[in-house]
Amino acid sequence: MAGVRLEGVRKTFGKVVALREISLTVEDGEFFVLLGPSGCGKTTLLRCIAGLERVDRGRIFIGNREVTGLPPRRRNIAMVFQSYAVFPHMKVYDNIAFGLRMRRVPEAEVRRRVERAAGMLQLEGLLDRYPAQLSGGQRQRVAVARALVMQPEVLLMDEPLSNLDALLRLHARAELKRLHQETGMTIIYVTHDQVEAMSLGDRIAVMREGEIVQVDAPMRIYEAPATVFVGGFIGNPPMNFLQGVVEDGEGGPVFHLEGHRIPLSLAGEVSSGQQLLLGIRAEHIRVNDESHPGALPAEVLVVEPLGAQLLITARIGTQTLKLSLPPGHPVAPGQLLWLSFPAEAIRWMDARSGRAIPASAPGSS
Amino acid sequence: MKGRSWVGDVLWYAGAIALALWVLAPIYLIGLLAFSPRMAVYRWPRPLLPLELSVETMRFFVTATGTLAATWNSIVVALFTMILSLILGAPAGYALARFFFPGREAVRMGILMTRMFPMAILSIPLAVTFIRMGLYDTPWAVALVHTAMALPFVILITASVFTAIPRDLEEAAMTLGCSPLSAFLRISLPLALPGLAAAALFTFVISWNEVFAAAILTLRQRTLPALVITVLNESPLYFRFAGGFFMVAPALVILLIIRRYLFHLWGVSGR
Repeated sequence: MAGVRLEGVRKTFGKVVALREISLTVEDGEFFVLLGPSGCGKTTLLRCIAGLERVDRGRIFIGNREVTGLPPRRRNIAMVFQSYAVFPHMKVYDNIAFGLRMRRVPEAEVRRRVERAAGMLQLEGLLDRYPAQLSGGQRQRVAVARALVMQPEVLLMDEPLSNLDALLRLHARAELKRLHQETGMTIIYVTHDQVEAMSLGDRIAVMREGEIVQVDAPMRIYEAPATVFVGGFIGNPPMNFLQGVVEDGEGGPVFHLEGHRIPLSLAGEVSSGQQLLLGIRAEHIRVNDESHPGALPAEVLVVEPLGAQLLITARIGTQTLKLSLPPGHPVAPGQLLWLSFPAEAIRWMDARSGRAIPASAPGSS
Repeated sequence: MKGRSWVGDVLWYAGAIALALWVLAPIYLIGLLAFSPRMAVYRWPRPLLPLELSVETMRFFVTATGTLAATWNSIVVALFTMILSLILGAPAGYALARFFFPGREAVRMGILMTRMFPMAILSIPLAVTFIRMGLYDTPWAVALVHTAMALPFVILITASVFTAIPRDLEEAAMTLGCSPLSAFLRISLPLALPGLAAAALFTFVISWNEVFAAAILTLRQRTLPALVITVLNESPLYFRFAGGFFMVAPALVILLIIRRYLFHLWGVSGR
């Protein structure tokens, strides 16, 4: 087992820059998720680590060993492909045994390890079948077992759950998490699904257009997105962003939003007239049915009962936002709600650059 | 099918039956007369149903002078063509299927363009070249020309065969300890084998049926079509039917076996 370190990795396909200067450290034993929309370069990055793509520039280390120029078979990695890539002309047993046999492991040892991996993934009864006789979920487990038996230093997974139906995906996700807890393996996992990333990752790297935008623990990424993009990409509903302007008040600068004033508590420099975005999660908005000091009136536009909560679309001036209420809360379109934004839950962003401005309050950055 | 009138149906089936008859009727007549007594061809009206079957005509053809030697030559030429064009064609097909390189489409077109030169124009220079090289009137000379003729098909068939095998499989093998070569040998090759066999059989048929180059490049070492075409004018009618059947039968059987792959090659979906 080992960590992975990337230093200034760059990869282009012709004129298209897939990765620009990626530097990254994945700790030993970590479940590390690469998350981003399609085309952000996350799969390319994974394939560079696997050795399936040659990097243009930069260096890749697995443990303390530089692997930049090595072919996949010399990197001591294993990979689970999005398509599973289970060999159709081999039985399940031979599929799982394939890598061990390539390493010339004695057949008795191969049998022992294949059976253990098959046991971990509930494939015991299927070892004599051909892949064509398996369901999608079973094939996915064969692909995982085939990678696990290799006892790789790093396990790479490229959207392994995206071809499963929703219910199975939920189950397989929990299984993957259990597998990681049992094996303690270093896993680098690519996905475009933010729920998967949140639920699986020890840390998440959010990628966009060939760059890493933020690397953090899932809750930090959720609570304190580094950019507007991250806040909008993570979470369902996405983080609300309300646009306003900085003005000078008596006690320092204040945020002017649709005719209302909200105190600013920022460590970073802001200047009067600067456009800011107030970022806040739906569930952090405090909602009152009656007016009270400091609260902003918002008109309810849409009410969506989601079972565990009511998802409300509301309007402050010309800007809409999403907020949540407990189920059964009496609310109807057209009604006024009074909203207040707790200072510690607000994420201030510069509207022009889209980057977060550190808050001054202790406990948040 | 809903929305289609019965008139359309009738026209559709009539057309299909006409096309099938166009192809099948001559084959049927050749087969019928090849297995009728020798004198049946001269009878009038001609028998159209297989009422009196006999292997006499076929035996006469097979035992005629030169037939067995020519058949042997044909087999040698076809096998050599098959091996050579697969050795040369399959790697080219693999490259077209797997690698992106500048001018790939041009190469694809270029391969087909080799079929644009009429054999009639090439034959005299080829004969001269082969005489100089000492290859003239040998099965090898014919096989070389047949290989040149078959290569475009072999390359295109094998390219489609390899395209159908996901690249992921080879990559997975590489992450599991294979070099690119061993990933190909252990994964892609076994999966491609049925398709490659189809390509090989198709090549066999091309060579087996080819008459023009074979007739020009041989004098005594005739292949079967070359022999038949040269003795055609001075042989009795029943001999021609027997010869025709003898040549058509293997080709028909092989094409039936590999038709799935040929449909795939020509863009007709199997099902």
